[in-house]
Amino acid sequence: MGTGRLGVPMERPGRASDTSASSAGEPAPEGPDGRRRELLRCRASSESEPPGGASASAECVRRSRPGSCSCAPSVSRQRVESLRKKRQLFPWFGLDIGGTLVKLVYFEPKDITAEEEEEEVESLKSIRKYLTSNVAYGSTGIRDVHLELKDLTLCGRKGNLHFIRFPTHDMPAFIQMGRDKNFSSLHTVFCATGGGAYKFEQDFLTIGDLQLCKLDELDCLVKGILYIDSVGFNGRSQCYYFENPADAEKCQKLPFDLKNPYPLLLVNIGSGVSILAVYSKDNYKRVTGTSLGGGTFFGLCCLLTGCTTFEEALEMASRGDSTKVDKLVRDIYGGDYERFGLPGWAVASSFGNMMSKEKREAVSKEDLARATLITITNNIGSIARMCALNEESSCC
Amino acid sequence: MAECGASGSGSSGDSLDKSITLPPDEIFRNLENAKRFAIDIGGSLTKLAYYSTVQHKVARVRSFDYSGKDAEQDHEPPYEISVQEEVTARLHFVKFENTYIEACLDFIKDHLVNTDTKVIQATGGGAYKFKDLIEEKLRLRVDKEDVMTCLIKGCNFVLKNIPHEAFVYQKDSDPEFRFQTNHPNIFPYLLVNIGSGVSIVKVETEDRFEWVGGSSIGGGTFWGLGALLTKTKKFDELLHLASKGQHANVDMLVRDVYGGAHQTLGLSGNLIASSFGKSATADRDFSKEDMAKSLLHMISNDIGQLACLYAKLHCLDRVYFGGFFIRGHPVTMRTITYSINFFSKFDLLEMDRLERPLVNLPLLLDPSSYVPDTVDLTDDALARKYWLTCFEEALDGVVKRAVASQPGSVDAAERAEKFRQKYWSKLQTLRHQPFAYGTLTVRSLLDTREHCLNEFNFPDPYSKVKQKENGVALKCFPRVIRGLDALGWEDRQLALVKGLLAGNVFDWGAKAVSDVLESDPQFGFEEAKMKLQERPWLVDSYSKWLQRLKGPPHKCALIFADNSGIDVILGVFPFVRELLSRGTEVILACNSGPALNDVTYCESLIVAERIAAMDPVVHSALREERLLLMQTGSSSPCLDLSRLDKGLAVLVRERGADLVVIEGMGRAVHTNYHAALRCESLKLAVIKNSWLAERLGGRLFSVIFKYEVPAE
Repeated sequence: MGTGRLGVPMERPGRASDTSASSAGEPAPEGPDGRRRELLRCRASSESEPPGGASASAECVRRSRPGSCSCAPSVSRQRVESLRKKRQLFPWFGLDIGGTLVKLVYFEPKDITAEEEEEEVESLKSIRKYLTSNVAYGSTGIRDVHLELKDLTLCGRKGNLHFIRFPTHDMPAFIQMGRDKNFSSLHTVFCATGGGAYKFEQDFLTIGDLQLCKLDELDCLVKGILYIDSVGFNGRSQCYYFENPADAEKCQKLPFDLKNPYPLLLVNIGSGVSILAVYSKDNYKRVTGTSLGGGTFFGLCCLLTGCTTFEEALEMASRGDSTKVDKLVRDIYGGDYERFGLPGWAVASSFGNMMSKEKREAVSKEDLARATLITITNNIGSIARMCALNEESSCC
Repeated sequence: MAECGASGSGSSGDSLDKSITLPPDEIFRNLENAKRFAIDIGGSLTKLAYYSTVQHKVARVRSFDYSGKDAEQDHEPPYEISVQEEVTARLHFVKFENTYIEACLDFIKDHLVNTDTKVIQATGGGAYKFKDLIEEKLRLRVDKEDVMTCLIKGCNFVLKNIPHEAFVYQKDSDPEFRFQTNHPNIFPYLLVNIGSGVSIVKVETEDRFEWVGGSSIGGGTFWGLGALLTKTKKFDELLHLASKGQHANVDMLVRDVYGGAHQTLGLSGNLIASSFGKSATADRDFSKEDMAKSLLHMISNDIGQLACLYAKLHCLDRVYFGGFFIRGHPVTMRTITYSINFFSKFDLLEMDRLERPLVNLPLLLDPSSYVPDTVDLTDDALARKYWLTCFEEALDGVVKRAVASQPGSVDAAERAEKFRQKYWSKLQTLRHQPFAYGTLTVRSLLDTREHCLNEFNFPDPYSKVKQKENGVALKCFPRVIRGLDALGWEDRQLALVKGLLAGNVFDWGAKAVSDVLESDPQFGFEEAKMKLQERPWLVDSYSKWLQRLKGPPHKCALIFADNSGIDVILGVFPFVRELLSRGTEVILACNSGPALNDVTYCESLIVAERIAAMDPVVHSALREERLLLMQTGSSSPCLDLSRLDKGLAVLVRERGADLVVIEGMGRAVHTNYHAALRCESLKLAVIKNSWLAERLGGRLFSVIFKYEVPAE
């Protein structure tokens, strides 16, 4: 999670090697200190948030908080509560079924007693073994080992939290697996959020004999952000910001203190983008969203470069030069446009150079991927900045 | 439009001919007399405007010298018609891709024979880049103007002066576009100018504005990204592709994420959750059309969203969008004369300079809420379908009439055919995009037809018909007057009204009537009276009117006349004569230019002169200026009371007009039927269209007699 500073409306575009990360979301270049890996993590974790950017509707409905469970709350709630009072039955799963990706978190208990282990049914053992001993599942499932949160205490239990993801279009296969591995025999609760919690609820029930406990995705999002910050990331802070973003030399990634965070603007970049204004831990509203999100970046990259994975798209983007693709202020004015204080390097028209046949023929796939990334991230930054300003002005 | 690869090295216009299939003299029209130039060189397109004089044919009528002649002689036309060349000023707009700038400058240089100007006003980023080239090629000094200043000035001008230039778009409402007709206070507003990129400007007064923000996702993104995705090189073709696509095949919608559950959650399933989201997850090919549509949605939504955010931040409730990205849509506004070539690199727009200012009729009850048109065809699909078909069916007749009006011309048939094609294609466009040229109304359909006729040099196809009918009617005038004078007062009032209505049957604009007139040239005033519906009429407030006439006379009546011939001579003039006899002054307002067989101001002067020669009442009224002939400022078969000749408006105020008479379907039914005035008004028409009659609950030749008195 990165924090953005107001007042940096436009990305400095350019060659990967001559620029450095600036405001929120700009990928850091390949650096000596493994920054790129962090970038991937940052991206991947962004992607692992639920989608929900609905296009251009400036809806400002203060959401009523529907409680933690949106499916038959009385029943599920009671069930969760009663379970909690006795003993938490494993496995602990959480599903976030987004538009593009399904994110599965699995809590692997490390403080398991011999008694418990004996009690464990065979199917559960095999599930635990399957999940924790592999990093890839089927042809599309991946466990992000670098995201794993170790030695976490959750509801009084110690264990590791694993993050697994697979494409949403493989959801039927996952449900089938749940049926084959007899998940329903485990007396556990399947918490699920994201649009897919609704979309696949019936399939879970009829095929897998599993009742999902549906949770509102924005509630989860806000809680999750605060939770992750509270536990830290294996001892390090999860929230960071860039100091001197526009200066390649002095730019620095620094931890951001979330101790006193309110009010804050939460920009959640999934397939689409949702922007929430959070006033306190249980008071927030969805300010707006945009349909230009991670799905757009990846989708356009697939079409423009023929890439097949998100990582591939990002990797290409890190090597490209967007100034070949974008029309910059200096391409039009020959330099800065002083009247409005627009520097020559600012993007005047994203993909503007691609109007010309010669320039279309001169760009590489990497350049296109880079320009796509810059276009989407700049736009998200710009909208977020406007939302922040609007929130600010309505506060005072 | 063919590929244009000219480098522009040739020194003659011929080299351009090979590269641009549209003949350059049609692109740079009337260039030889261009007086002033202005050029805007943007990131991708060059926009050139020049002011020049243009010659076009106009039909003139001229009175014979009747002294010493026997006016009653048979086969003698009442006046002469001549077609003359008239010189007017016109503003020309040409758009082309920057690639062709050199070729175009060469062409301009070669054809600019007669200009006094030494300067060309230039703006846009390219003004800096191409300054030397322009100065070298055109030998004109380049005067650079700030692009934003130009933009704001232009925007203010257009908002204030051109109706239907600004419109409101609302998705999922019907119609999606609403055009603004009135423009009292335009400030403050937010201007979102969509060029290659997007500039957002807060405009507070005529010359105070501030650039508040922008976005790089604009027209250039649509074009550039679109070209990459679809291999389609041209902007207009991309738009065309987009118009045929389904964005939901490429975009991930809320319903794709939520399944069917979005309904129970109160979400709209059609919202886009992620633009191009499906192209990331689905492993298949996407059609060019679908991708273009998705791209268009993505960019438009994004711009709209930013505009909303900026408007909110700056507390502005009015946002205007401008720039070529908007213009590229077929939402190009109809101005006074326009000609636009949509599917080409060259976008043409011409605007005649308004020689005389047009203003509101001072008698309008509420000018800001006045809408001339009775039915908005963008709103009413049934009526739209009917009227479009109606105009399609009438087209053959109009073409025939146009050819017949110029018997001596060798190319009349060819021009008429071009007219047919142009108007036909406009009608087809309107079938699919009703809002393509602004609000669609019967008036706009009629006006567009007149514009197209004019464009192909048929300035007045009905001139000969009008001449003949005026001649016939003038001969009948004394007999009709004698007949009226023989009646008692009460009978005469009814006969006068019936005369007005019967005269109104002679309308070549109505197909039902033109068929009758075509097949039976002897069809006359008496036959027309027989066709009329018997009282009670479809709308009948005659008794109230008669009662009013028993009271004190009106001070001054303003009458808008409709057709030439029987209508104005045997219908309107006897009515005028009666009013004059009552002591009421009369202002008779006729069209400034020809439209169908409507009487023009020039014709009305001759007609009045001829009637004065026969009738002492009219004679003395003209001499004493109790009867005044005026022009409306319009050349339309309909009537827009908010755009009248200023001279007429001034006179109406001076004379204290307290009665307005509007006659004919075009002026009193298609337009102004609901117009509320501050004084008494009479709206009269015969419904010469069975569909409309049926819709209003009557039959063909039903009568509308609407006498209204404003509430106290």
